[in-house]
Amino acid sequence: MFHLSNIVRSKGDPKLVEGGPSLKRPQDQLARALGWFSIGLGIMEFVAPRRVTETLGMEGHEMMVRAFGVREILAGVMSLSVDKNAGLWARVGGDGLDAAALLSGLTSDNPKKGNIALALLVVGGIAMLDYRVAQDTKPGRPPRNARRKLYPSRSGFRKGLQAAKDRAKEMTQHAAAGVTS
Amino acid sequence: MKALVWHGKEDIRCDTVTDPEIQDPRDAIIRVTSCAICGSDLHLFHNFIPGMMPGDIMGHETMGEVVEVGTGVDGKLRKGDRIVVPFTIICGECDQCKRGNFSVCETTNRKKHLADKVFGHSTAGLFGYTHLTGGYPGGQAEYLRVPFADATHIKVPAGIPDEQLLFLSDIFPTGWQAAVQCDIVPTDTVAIWGCGPVGQMAIRSAILLGANQVVAIDCLPDRLSMAEAAGATTINFENESVLERLKELTDGKGPEKCIDCVGMESHVMASWPDTLLDRAKQMMMLESDRPHVLREMIYVCRPGGIISVPGVYSGFSDKLPMGAFMNKGLTMRTGQTHVNRWTDDLLRRIEQGEIDPSFVITHTVPLEQGPEMYQVFRDKRDSCVKVVLKP
Ligand SMILES: NC(=O)c1ccc[n+]([C@@H]2O[C@H](COP(=O)([O-])OP(=O)(O)OC[C@H]3O[C@@H](n4cnc5c(N)ncnc54)[C@H](O)[C@@H]3O)[C@@H](O)[C@H]2O)c1
Ligand SMILES: [Zn+2]
Ligand SMILES: [Zn+2]
Repeated sequence: MFHLSNIVRSKGDPKLVEGGPSLKRPQDQLARALGWFSIGLGIMEFVAPRRVTETLGMEGHEMMVRAFGVREILAGVMSLSVDKNAGLWARVGGDGLDAAALLSGLTSDNPKKGNIALALLVVGGIAMLDYRVAQDTKPGRPPRNARRKLYPSRSGFRKGLQAAKDRAKEMTQHAAAGVTS
Repeated sequence: MKALVWHGKEDIRCDTVTDPEIQDPRDAIIRVTSCAICGSDLHLFHNFIPGMMPGDIMGHETMGEVVEVGTGVDGKLRKGDRIVVPFTIICGECDQCKRGNFSVCETTNRKKHLADKVFGHSTAGLFGYTHLTGGYPGGQAEYLRVPFADATHIKVPAGIPDEQLLFLSDIFPTGWQAAVQCDIVPTDTVAIWGCGPVGQMAIRSAILLGANQVVAIDCLPDRLSMAEAAGATTINFENESVLERLKELTDGKGPEKCIDCVGMESHVMASWPDTLLDRAKQMMMLESDRPHVLREMIYVCRPGGIISVPGVYSGFSDKLPMGAFMNKGLTMRTGQTHVNRWTDDLLRRIEQGEIDPSFVITHTVPLEQGPEMYQVFRDKRDSCVKVVLKP
């Protein structure tokens, strides 16, 4: 079978024959997808805020859109890192801010309010997904108050702690007297 | 054969790969009888150390039986010999090897040009540890090719179980070197950050080298209890202030010797703002390490003291208090371990029953369960301290 990773193997090193299962779960893949989506959207908001405000009939709010873009990028980077869970919760919070900003533009005199309603729908859907994935990617570290085994008898000194200390003392005295081992 | 293979961040799988072959007359092949997962493997698992490629075989704590030797091994190893494999590959002949500076062997890194560019000089080849150190396939596998096998081995006698000998490959000499580097005298207080496997070995080593008081710092009750078992006084940094307690324990003067057995992935806590900032910068790739422990050690170490750093750092660390470091006249010693410099002595101590390093093992599982065990060890689940894998 052909495996891409074999191309970079040095000659004679073991090559992949058959891949084993990966422990990546669907929610891990989703977190990754949401991370990249966040970064893409963030860049768009940052470089073309005017396009966004025009579509929503919210001209004049370009700076806010830019700031939201930066927020999206940061949350995206976090979602791609080993702290993906924190990134996803940041996204959930961000979805709330997005919704609030959109609602503020949903005035009766806004000619583009149809677009805003549509955007709200999309944000709502994505927020549900973010929330779901954040729930499903909780870090595996046990909580602080979890019960843990204790190892009070594992000193490693087969003749006991005192014997180890005595031996050390003996060695340092020998060393001081210039005797070796 | 089966081997644990790196496929990307947090993605290690038990794959089937081709068996290793003799590539050079100085090679040997061993059948692995035991191998272990190391804290350094976690840095790779998180992709925090650059230079891993999909398809790389993990593992650098390995022992087994020699099944094949090249023509150049020169009688130094024979089929059937039982050996522990040091994680640093050494030639035994270059200037550095002659001085015992094995982890900076000048010969064994087969991708020297990379390391020369990144670190200014190339260091020794390492098993299962990024292409900056040679990209050599590692030993979490059924078989391992040992390059420069005439020098890169520790022969061990029959009659002592694997579990007592395996850690001669890395963590036992690593904890030992960390303590030796402190030039311990009988009045010293030695403070040790991190009670993982390396910290546990450093604690025992500091006791065997005659420290007056050993203080161990971590937040995990299971690991702290294991530290106490060896006579250490413990500080749980989630419940108490490390700086205040260390002062208290040393009549306000601070420990003479400090050892960092944590490295680049310090715990992140809201009450340590520097760790939050480091973590954020790490994500943005503006900083590679989280050097909270280094900062704390420099701050609390008694003037004129020694800071020993076995914990691994990979690239750039920000906001190190060089002013305090310089004005307090501190000395810092560090490095990947010169394994073979210490192993004769340590093997003798094991044989004489002075110490049994197997105390640290909490989990022994078949190699196939390796990928799960990376997660268990990383998350410190099930009171895990050290995992041994049996191919
Ligand atoms: N120099 C060498 O040759 C060498 C060899 C082996 C391992 N290492 C390095 O040693 C380090 C430790 O390895 P390990 O196998 O014990 O890993 P580990 O991850 O099991 O242990 C690290 C411990 O440090 C604790 N910790 C985290 N942040 C802390 C903080 N701020 N203060 C105090 N404790 C803190 C953790 O709770 C954990 O118990 C790693 O960086 C590893 O790469 C170096
Ligand atoms: Zn290691
Ligand atoms: Zn050498």
